[in-house]
Amino acid sequence: MSADFWFGVEVFLNGLMAGVMYSLVALGFVLIFKASGIFNYAQGVMALFAAQTLVGLQTGLIPFSHLINAIFGTEFHHFGQAAPDWWIETYSRGLSVLLPESISLSIAGFLGFYGPTILAIIFAALVMLFFAILVEKLVLKHLVNQEPIILFMATIGLAFFMEGFGELMWGSDVKTLDIGIEQGGNVWFEEKTSFLGGEDFYGFYLDTLDIYATFIAVALVLALVLFSQYTKTGRALRAVADDHQAALSVGISLRTIWVIVWTIAGFVALVAGMMWGAKSGVQFSLSLIALKALPVLMLGGFTSIPGAIIGGLIIGVGEKMFEFLIGAPYLGGATENWFAYMLALLFLVFRPQGLFGEKIIERV
Amino acid sequence: MLYREVGDFKTTYQADGQTFPIAFDRYRYYAVMLFAFAIMPFLLNDYWVKAIALPFLIYSIAAIGLNILIGYCGQVSLGTGGFMAVGAYSCYKFMTGFDIYIPGGEEWVRYALPPLNIFFSVILGGVMTALVGILFGLPSLRIKGFYLAVATLAAQFFLVWVFNKWEWSFNYSASGQITAPERFLFGHAITGPNTEPWATYLFCLVFLTILAIVARNLTRGHLGRSWMSIRDMDIAAEIIGVNPLKAKLTAFGISSFYIGIAGALLFSVYLGAVEVGEVFGIQKSFLVLFMVIIGGLGSIFGSFAGAAFMVLLPVLLKNVLVGQLGWATDIAAHLEFVIVGALIVIFLILEPHGLAQLWRIIKEKLRLWPFPH
Repeated sequence: MSADFWFGVEVFLNGLMAGVMYSLVALGFVLIFKASGIFNYAQGVMALFAAQTLVGLQTGLIPFSHLINAIFGTEFHHFGQAAPDWWIETYSRGLSVLLPESISLSIAGFLGFYGPTILAIIFAALVMLFFAILVEKLVLKHLVNQEPIILFMATIGLAFFMEGFGELMWGSDVKTLDIGIEQGGNVWFEEKTSFLGGEDFYGFYLDTLDIYATFIAVALVLALVLFSQYTKTGRALRAVADDHQAALSVGISLRTIWVIVWTIAGFVALVAGMMWGAKSGVQFSLSLIALKALPVLMLGGFTSIPGAIIGGLIIGVGEKMFEFLIGAPYLGGATENWFAYMLALLFLVFRPQGLFGEKIIERV
Repeated sequence: MLYREVGDFKTTYQADGQTFPIAFDRYRYYAVMLFAFAIMPFLLNDYWVKAIALPFLIYSIAAIGLNILIGYCGQVSLGTGGFMAVGAYSCYKFMTGFDIYIPGGEEWVRYALPPLNIFFSVILGGVMTALVGILFGLPSLRIKGFYLAVATLAAQFFLVWVFNKWEWSFNYSASGQITAPERFLFGHAITGPNTEPWATYLFCLVFLTILAIVARNLTRGHLGRSWMSIRDMDIAAEIIGVNPLKAKLTAFGISSFYIGIAGALLFSVYLGAVEVGEVFGIQKSFLVLFMVIIGGLGSIFGSFAGAAFMVLLPVLLKNVLVGQLGWATDIAAHLEFVIVGALIVIFLILEPHGLAQLWRIIKEKLRLWPFPH
């Protein structure tokens, strides 16, 4: 096999990884669409907002500091630096009562390093929960029974609002998000695969982060499937997705379900924002990457979780391979900007409900 | 008191079917036209034209175009920015002239198309956009609703990419920008650095007036009714004999024609120099979409109101926050996002039919004033 071939395989693998990242965003869309019939355009901005909140909490930024500074002429931006040293000490002292010293030290060391991150993730999740409640109370409640297109536009408005709000709250500078996963290619994988090619082949280059993202995505999907299959709330969710009125008539509260669904979508957005943010920095373009999730959805069908995954993989692989084989050599590159949309467009002409979507039945 | 149809008798069908059947409406319309054409040109200075008048006129055209597609035909499009780019770039090509090949005899004859007059360049820009719009409208025959909205994103991203990469389209300029050369109409500079405020204003105003009148009458006529029937329920429309192919493609074509003209004017008259990703990005699509939503779907007046609102709001916010309070521009910009987003949600909750519906309610109240019962 020539090096070119293996390079192609590498592009393919990277496409798969990128596809997983798209699927992560697409999942959030599907959840909300299934449960409430709302096409939530704000999902991408939710991911951005979640990532911003995460970074802000992690690094101790003061919310709205820019705004406050502008109004009152003050000059503050951070809370005092967290003190990992006394953190570790206190923890290890507390734990050493129960555990041998060596173990307690390593646990405390782990907490000292990851503690702020874990705390920040928990708090960011709480913020997303709070956000879900607010959305339900302030927006969705008032838009019951409106046409889907009105709801869609409301979520566009919501997206604008959150975009401005997030940047007002945490500032608009590009932030780096460190969640303890190393940056760059995975050396282990690269070494293990270097035997495949010849002299000038050094193994497959895969981002460590992408590999983690793959595992996290799998775990997330498994958790979601288990949740919706085996818990009472999950069953209620599926009931609402099937038929709003029937669900109402057996005593399922639609409003509670909506809060739950938006919360879950918020968590998914948090995970997606975390992954994307750690990969390419937390910045405005994050919400545009999320737009890529739309063709993923169209390919997979708006109502199918497996569809979101497989659609993501097809788009990820498709755009990387197209850029590699046709885009870069013949079309001047940067075809990744539009390939996904064009693929989805052409695909839909032949199968309007997507790969796994429910068959569209229309009646007068 | 004033706003009343009582005593305003119509003796011909023509008089009965006119756009403004109520006398007060009609006089108001004449007054607005007189003011816009005869008085405004003398009042405008450079700042007012650049900051408010030109964007308002140009975005009104775009909003009318998008309103035809979304408000009247019910086909959601997020590709407005891309279509505006087609209008701008083809206007640029017609303005600067290019080679065309005409089949003649044995071989194709190369013929250098001379630079066209700016007026015709803008119109041809609209025509080219209409063709592209029809092309991207074809999938709408199979795809509906959200799926179509996302499909039009393909147009948005693809067209922007094309004008980024296709060097012929920007005349191989090193910066990748297109810059409008100086062009004249009746001896007055319309584009380029030495324009007079009133000339550019009137140029855009003429376009807007003609296009608005055409749109208003199109939507009242046979074509407009077929669009609205497709919007309300496409299968039912098909059953009663509306041809969906014709209705949808004409909607896409005419809407794109308007949007293309708006793009051409935006580039040539207003901005003068354009970099495609910056000016015609996805943000532009949303801006025009918001104008249509806030103004009111399915209303020509709403397009004006929405455009005015979305043009004036940033100017107002900027003047108050940056000018008066001395905030940094980026904070003001973020606050603008928050306000625009919140306003859209509030509008959709309180009045899903937008400013146009508010206007209708006011008119209804005015009819009964001062005795509401």
